[in-house]
Amino acid sequence: MKYFIGIDIGSTCAKTIVMDGDKNIVHRLLQPTGWSSVDTAQAIHDNLEEMGIPMEEATVVATGYGRISVPYADKCVTEITCHGRGTCFVYGTNDLTVIDIGGQDTKLISVENGMVKDFIMNDKCSAGTGRFLEVMANTLGLRPDALCELAAQGGNTSISSMCTVFAESEVISLIGRGEPKENIAFAVVDSIVKKVASQAGRLALGKTVCLTGGLCEFDYLCKSLGKKLDVTVHTDPDGRYAGAIGAALSAMNVRK
Amino acid sequence: MEFTLPEKFDEFADARKAGFLRVKQIKENGGKVAGVFCTFTPTEILDAAGFISVSLCGMSDETIPAAEAHLPKNLCPLIKSSYGFAVSDKCPYTYFSDLIVGETTCDGKKKMYELLDRIRPTYILHLPQGHDSDPVTTWTAELRRFIRYLEEKFDVTITDEMLRDAARKRNVEREARLKLMALQAQVPPPMSGLQMYRTMEGTGFMFTHEDRVQKLDELRHSVEENGNPDAWANAKRILVTGCPIGGVLGKTVQAIEENGGVVVCHENCSGIKAAYQMVDAEAEDIVRAIAERYLQIGCSVMTPNSYRMELLPKLVEAFQVDGIVEIDLQACTPYCVESFQIRELCDKMKVPYLSVETDYSQSDSGQLSTRIEAFLEML
Repeated sequence: MKYFIGIDIGSTCAKTIVMDGDKNIVHRLLQPTGWSSVDTAQAIHDNLEEMGIPMEEATVVATGYGRISVPYADKCVTEITCHGRGTCFVYGTNDLTVIDIGGQDTKLISVENGMVKDFIMNDKCSAGTGRFLEVMANTLGLRPDALCELAAQGGNTSISSMCTVFAESEVISLIGRGEPKENIAFAVVDSIVKKVASQAGRLALGKTVCLTGGLCEFDYLCKSLGKKLDVTVHTDPDGRYAGAIGAALSAMNVRK
Repeated sequence: MEFTLPEKFDEFADARKAGFLRVKQIKENGGKVAGVFCTFTPTEILDAAGFISVSLCGMSDETIPAAEAHLPKNLCPLIKSSYGFAVSDKCPYTYFSDLIVGETTCDGKKKMYELLDRIRPTYILHLPQGHDSDPVTTWTAELRRFIRYLEEKFDVTITDEMLRDAARKRNVEREARLKLMALQAQVPPPMSGLQMYRTMEGTGFMFTHEDRVQKLDELRHSVEENGNPDAWANAKRILVTGCPIGGVLGKTVQAIEENGGVVVCHENCSGIKAAYQMVDAEAEDIVRAIAERYLQIGCSVMTPNSYRMELLPKLVEAFQVDGIVEIDLQACTPYCVESFQIRELCDKMKVPYLSVETDYSQSDSGQLSTRIEAFLEML
């Protein structure tokens, strides 16, 4: 059987999707990117071979910031195009707005007729990204998912710094002041939501807004974002694979 | 993509370096040098006064730390780099300048010139920044004040006839630049936009009218004969607008051309924006004619900046542009704010638009390249 493989090497996680010729997802792989994208790409290759995928025959498209580190990829496509395409596939619609909160960047992608129409991506600053959440969770001695759950019970506190480094010291002073943990967690999530919403202000949001990336599994964050943007923010268990799915779909158009 | 470039390109790239030695020679022979920063500098007046003009715009982050000893961190990299070169004595052109000419364009530059004056005598021209309240009269008076200053300070005489002669020559040069840039309107274009930009920049380091015109014409003929449109047959045609980009070419223009695009039109400072307006050399009042010409430059320091808004749609059509990339330098308030209006204009023209804000460091090159690549995939 001929397979189409999409590999999305993000700053934190590497996501792999294997599709058959009828666009059925036959495998999903998830692993930490670690410190070397090259090693990660090799590990994915070995995994797939062990699973019995004939890699020589498969068409591979790589995406994500580590896309250039996949020597066996037949093509590289940016994560913006892949997230647009993959999200349309997951939600079965060709007109939507994607909010992808990734490890080191946040993207808002507006898709019309299945094509990326416009996008906004943060520049080098890490405010409003997964990294921001991770750093704050570490400071609070929590896992990122636990932080989001705890945030649902908090309120009445805010962090004013957008910068991760300054926000971290702000969190530390809140801890020092004896502010309850749930309130600090609330402030952290609120800060991410505010940052993403301010980016969203620069792009016309479509009727269907979908959250992708690692944070889409955090229910409270999705709800807060929806409230702030005054839309329903859709999520799906395959949301974090959207980039890899888009890459696998792109592989079907690559002539090998 | 491998192809042989016309040999002329190297001459342009070397022009900057070779220029150092030529300026030294000019000085040794009693010549006068004016350091300039901006397309608003009325070069006709400097030509008539017997000065050679040389661009002092800083393009490298190497001198920024030296500048930050005096200037704030969140200031445009071009201003910091330029000042850094002067203050650390790393720029031979600044060193050789008898006079630096600056204009009150943006606040950052204006205040930096005050400090620059401590290093080299810096003359400030007060540029009016709007189209109402008769800016031409104000600017004409300002140019006359400049002429008197040069005459008194450097013991020269500047006659109307000298100004007319300089204007005619500068017009010839502008025509030569326009003709060269117009080659890129062909489908596909015959050359890379990166080389085009470097060429335009290179002419700023050639010091005689004859040299500049001859080189521009030679290059045009050589591109007409040996250009390589096949190399760009499938490339998306990009127009670049925004700030001066000499210091960020690699992260922007080169990234565009390595990811499936080709820059067919540079609207910014070294490109068409400041080349398409001619001086009416036969006008009754030549100083006023010069003033009128410069006020037609569509720079975002003008409010409203209608010349930019009018020029862009014409260029989109003439160069058959597929997408517009605005490249702004960090902390350049006028351009960063105006990018909102440019986005609106692009929406109206139905031309896809990407704006990026960057500085002279390499720290954002990965993200920039992803954004540029994604934009090209979108077209």
